[in-house]
Amino acid sequence: MSGKTLYDKLWDSHIVEQRDDGTALIYIDRHLLHEVTSPQAFEGLNLAGRKPWRTAANLATPDHNVPTIKDERVAGIKGIMDPLSRLQVEILDVNCREQGIVQFGMEDKRQGIVHVVGPEQGLTQPGMTIVCGDSHTSTHGALGALAQGIGTSEVEHVLSTQCLVQKKMKNMLIRVDGQLGAGVTAKDIVLHAIGVIGTAGGTGYTIEFGGEAVAALSIEGRMTLCNMAIEAGARAGLVAVDAKTIEYVKGRPLAPKGAMWEKAVKYWQTLVSDKDAHFDELVVINSADIEPQVTWGTSPEMVTGVCGRVPTMDMMDSASKRDSLRRALSYMGLNEGQSIQDIQLDRVFIGSCTNSRIEDLRAAAKVVKGKKVASSIKQALVVPGSGLVQQQAEQEGLDKIFLAAGFEWREPGCSMCLAMNADKLGEGEHCASTSNRNFEGRQGFGGRTHLVSPVMAAASAIAGHFVDIRAWN
Amino acid sequence: MQAFTQHSGIVVPLDRANVDTDLIIPKQFLKAVKKTGFGPNLFDQLRYLDEGQPGTDHSTRPINPDFVLNQEKYKAATILLARENFGCGSSREHAPWALLDFGFRAILAPSFADIFYNNCFKNGILPLVLPAEEIDMLFQGVESGEIAELTVDLDSQVVVVPTGKRLHFDIDPFRKTCLLKGLDDIGLTLEKKDLIKKYEETQKLVCPWLFEDQLA
Repeated sequence: MSGKTLYDKLWDSHIVEQRDDGTALIYIDRHLLHEVTSPQAFEGLNLAGRKPWRTAANLATPDHNVPTIKDERVAGIKGIMDPLSRLQVEILDVNCREQGIVQFGMEDKRQGIVHVVGPEQGLTQPGMTIVCGDSHTSTHGALGALAQGIGTSEVEHVLSTQCLVQKKMKNMLIRVDGQLGAGVTAKDIVLHAIGVIGTAGGTGYTIEFGGEAVAALSIEGRMTLCNMAIEAGARAGLVAVDAKTIEYVKGRPLAPKGAMWEKAVKYWQTLVSDKDAHFDELVVINSADIEPQVTWGTSPEMVTGVCGRVPTMDMMDSASKRDSLRRALSYMGLNEGQSIQDIQLDRVFIGSCTNSRIEDLRAAAKVVKGKKVASSIKQALVVPGSGLVQQQAEQEGLDKIFLAAGFEWREPGCSMCLAMNADKLGEGEHCASTSNRNFEGRQGFGGRTHLVSPVMAAASAIAGHFVDIRAWN
Repeated sequence: MQAFTQHSGIVVPLDRANVDTDLIIPKQFLKAVKKTGFGPNLFDQLRYLDEGQPGTDHSTRPINPDFVLNQEKYKAATILLARENFGCGSSREHAPWALLDFGFRAILAPSFADIFYNNCFKNGILPLVLPAEEIDMLFQGVESGEIAELTVDLDSQVVVVPTGKRLHFDIDPFRKTCLLKGLDDIGLTLEKKDLIKKYEETQKLVCPWLFEDQLA
């Protein structure tokens, strides 16, 4: 019998009941909530006259709707100008209070994007099952936790039962061999990988990222990687536990302490795939093949290297792909074969649960230090992932570097990643964005998103178009 | 939840791969706190020529005449014929809510994104997977006018095509039962509450740090 994958271990240790029909009742250790996907779940809970199964397993914070302008934040919830956004944030507040769920509210320094907050607080720990009504919950897999996005019905299910009914996924390993070149980041690995396997390539799988290049990444880099597992179709991404993982969790507010810590660490060290574990699918990527990535289309798989070009019709091997290319080019206002570096930009967004942590901001600040945002750029935004990331960045003077270069320095939230608040693209505008989705209208009606790493976004803001960060200074 | 046993209705072809949930229901409509009322904004960016906003009168907005759902013959469609990886992207359950609110009860595609697929079953919508060749055949039939309506029979797991063809589909038995009976799966899970408690008691010994309840 072959050994177990990390996913096998996480799955097996959470089975409450294995059923004959192939489904299993799976226990959920932690549940994160935000204002957009929870109101109907709380309503369902109330209508059924139920109470949360385990209140202390839940943590909430508003992120999708919150304004990022300081003036609009000062008055808290009441200061949110959009009445519908305000209502959602209010309802989260009321629901958490009624059910006794801890919430990092708008005025709390710990508020932020839910997937930045979880790891930052030490809520996210190796070996846990974690869910949230948000597809980017896969982020938490970077710490060796089985973390998945769920719909609102399942939010209610978890609130009510602390469990989910699931069928086990298959195992995929994406192994990234060799060392990344200078200027190539975790974001480029994951965009490249999505380009290789496609946006549905991971459907039905849990993806473990491994290999030399992944082992060399920081935990924050691994979060970027796992964050976008869902863009490859996989509900969960994973990275094996190593010394960096344990070091990262140590001392965080919700991390185990004292003797409990020692016991936990001993267990966490077993959370790696066994050497003889069987993966249903293996994808090998050579680091040397990864250059800084830029998406040119309306799906994350429509991606190429910064020295590349928009593909041409004759490169597409099916009618469906030609149709998708035609549609994407028309929406994006690009031509077949156009050079990526010729794409002129209107806005730049550095933020989102993919790339708004302190390392992202440090890397971007280093690129823009002493330089100015190109005059053709209408707006360049930096939105820290949480109040604590913001505080740390300000202590390091990063805010001043961004402001001096002509960026706006904002309050934490999801912001322009999905444009539910006032931060959005205008029709036809091209944006270099460190977020995760380039779907039509995602960042604003008619907006044109190009997904890139923080250093690529920063350099592009200065140049006004895409530039190869490796050859740029 | 509304049960799904057998359903016959008009089928509308949406010939486009990788339809994401942002396209099914754009973000500005996610600010609602109820599960209903999303129908007028289903595929908002494709159906209308302007940018939709919640609370506006959608009947006066400029319609995109090229979008298939705006064609008279498809306005009462209840079955959606789609392409691969339908429902990718965000986990928003507002996507199936919008489809249901418009009137859709079944979606036929060669593949679905996982979270969306799962969300459909929670709302009485049957997402069913057919081989790509059969989906192609249905697209051709619908576009040529040969096929206007389909019948989907969940119990016998077939799609009945007017030409007489019966297309078999597979479905997970647990999901099938829940959908056929319109079961409340939370209620079902709560029937296992002793097992859940037993699991917790065991885990408290194995991984006690998970039960320190610092969030209490």
